[in-house]
Amino acid sequence: MSPYAVKLAIRHLLSHPGQTALLMAGVALGVSVFIFMSALIGGLATLLTLRTVGSIPHIVMEMPDRDPAILSPDGHAQVVLQKDLSRRDQIAIWQPVIPIIEKTPGISAVSPQIRGSAFIERGQTVAPVGVIGVMPGKLSEIANIDAAMVDGSSNLPADGILIGSRLARDLGLRVGQVVRLSSDRGRARSFRIGGVFTLGIASADRQAVYMNFTTARALFDLSTGISRIEIRVVPATDAAAIAERLRRSTGLKATSWTEDNSQLFEGLDAQARTGIIIKAFSLVTIIVGIASAMLLSIVRRQSEIGIMRAMGASKGLVISIFVLEGTLIGLVGAIVGAVIAWLALLPLPPVTEVRSGGLPIDRAHGDFLLAITLTTLAAMLASILPARNAARIDPVEAIGA
Amino acid sequence: MSAEAIFSVSGLTKRFGEGEAEVLVLKGIDLSMAAGEMAALLGPSGSGKSTLLTILGTLMRASGGTHDMLGVDLMQASEGQRTKFRSKHLGFVFQFHHLLPDLSALENVMMPAACAAGRETRAMRERATELLDAVGLADRRDYRPSAMSGGQRQRVAVARALINNPVLVLADEPTGNLDRQSADHVMDLIRSINQTMATSFLISTHDEHIAGQCPRRIELLDGRIVRS
Repeated sequence: MSPYAVKLAIRHLLSHPGQTALLMAGVALGVSVFIFMSALIGGLATLLTLRTVGSIPHIVMEMPDRDPAILSPDGHAQVVLQKDLSRRDQIAIWQPVIPIIEKTPGISAVSPQIRGSAFIERGQTVAPVGVIGVMPGKLSEIANIDAAMVDGSSNLPADGILIGSRLARDLGLRVGQVVRLSSDRGRARSFRIGGVFTLGIASADRQAVYMNFTTARALFDLSTGISRIEIRVVPATDAAAIAERLRRSTGLKATSWTEDNSQLFEGLDAQARTGIIIKAFSLVTIIVGIASAMLLSIVRRQSEIGIMRAMGASKGLVISIFVLEGTLIGLVGAIVGAVIAWLALLPLPPVTEVRSGGLPIDRAHGDFLLAITLTTLAAMLASILPARNAARIDPVEAIGA
Repeated sequence: MSAEAIFSVSGLTKRFGEGEAEVLVLKGIDLSMAAGEMAALLGPSGSGKSTLLTILGTLMRASGGTHDMLGVDLMQASEGQRTKFRSKHLGFVFQFHHLLPDLSALENVMMPAACAAGRETRAMRERATELLDAVGLADRRDYRPSAMSGGQRQRVAVARALINNPVLVLADEPTGNLDRQSADHVMDLIRSINQTMATSFLISTHDEHIAGQCPRRIELLDGRIVRS
């Protein structure tokens, strides 16, 4: 690319400010759409992921399944060992496992829990609930119960429980009332409702009951062991890999949230593909716009091109000038479009604060640099064909010599 | 070709179209010019003046015959070689100035040299300034063509034709678009350059007044030279 080609290209663009501005505005519009779509689709994926994983454990660790094992002794006999139902599923020796988990890279929270089924009774009304016994200070490690409290306090004394708002509504319960809980181990005792929470997850708000770890141990008759260990990781998308690592290092069963939410991933993939198609169309629009503008410009400037060719300008120089003009329109238009998109997205709240009905825009997914790079490349490609046409102009015909 | 000739064509023909639509525009031209010569090419419309100038300027290939200039066989040269040759040894002045509208007078004069070199240099700028001074437009160097009169534009075009120190300038009706006063001014300029720089000029015209200012007359009629 000779300096003279650069000079002529820039000079022509600056000599026709109206036309140049219009072309760049077209490119900027396409780039803004590209970035807006990227930010929207990325934000939507972030929102769906946040909503899905926001209040659930990213990894659950439990005792491995004791499935029947098929033995293969010599000969043709086949011996099947039946599942052992005589023992409860519990992690009996869990204290040494916790430091191993906590030292694993990517782990942000670990919560040993005692879980069990129970019935909550108030008067003649009985409702099934899932009880979660959490250790002191670990209440909000997995689901942010503190932030979800709508009534009462999140403290968990030995005789206190926290219940979901739907359960409270169904049974007409309020903070301070006393209810009776009967566990599936046949033990029962009374508890005072210390607080009511709304997580926004129907099953949790209708069935989850939080209580003190020690109290739960007594209610479910677990003298030493625990039911499961719930874990959160950063980023949540690494859960499957971290789960595999934990499986190998602890010997426990580790299930990541991704295994239980494959449909979500299929949905996100489909959404991403749709986004790619929309973005591709905005790029095609830019290419068609620049190519047609360049072709028109070449028709208008035939005599200029002819005189340059007559005066000794090589075909390469003519091609360079037009490709450079197209590329500059693309580059400057893309930068302007990216700045406009950035400014337009600035006032929108982050995905984590999006209210119902709002647009889940995530600027981090705006693909600003990708948009600028792709648009510049597209503009360059769009100029090549018109530039080659320009180089083929016969100077004799063009200048009417 | 004589020892002093800068170019020589022999048996030069040019045909356009094919089959029944074929038209023979040049029908065997034999012509040469000496260094420093100034000649008028005369003939009625359609006699082949512009076609001959275009071929001599390497903007078009002849259909037959020979075309040699400065020892180069231009009939056999590739398109790239002809472009370089044109840039180095030939200058053009057209009936319409054909200046680039986005460039100033100085930049327009530098254009042929900058196209060849791929950049504008200080030497080019100095040479272009000298040429603009020579054509009496030193004070218009930063003007764009749209801000100049027809005569001024054509003088810039003459200066542009000279930037690469060509041995031959081909001028196709260089005053055809000018009033008499401007035309005389341009012809005075061409004659002065011919005498001071020893640059050869071949000027196509159908204006006897212009032809009368050239020491040599070449008359073309129906694709043949009838007087040289």
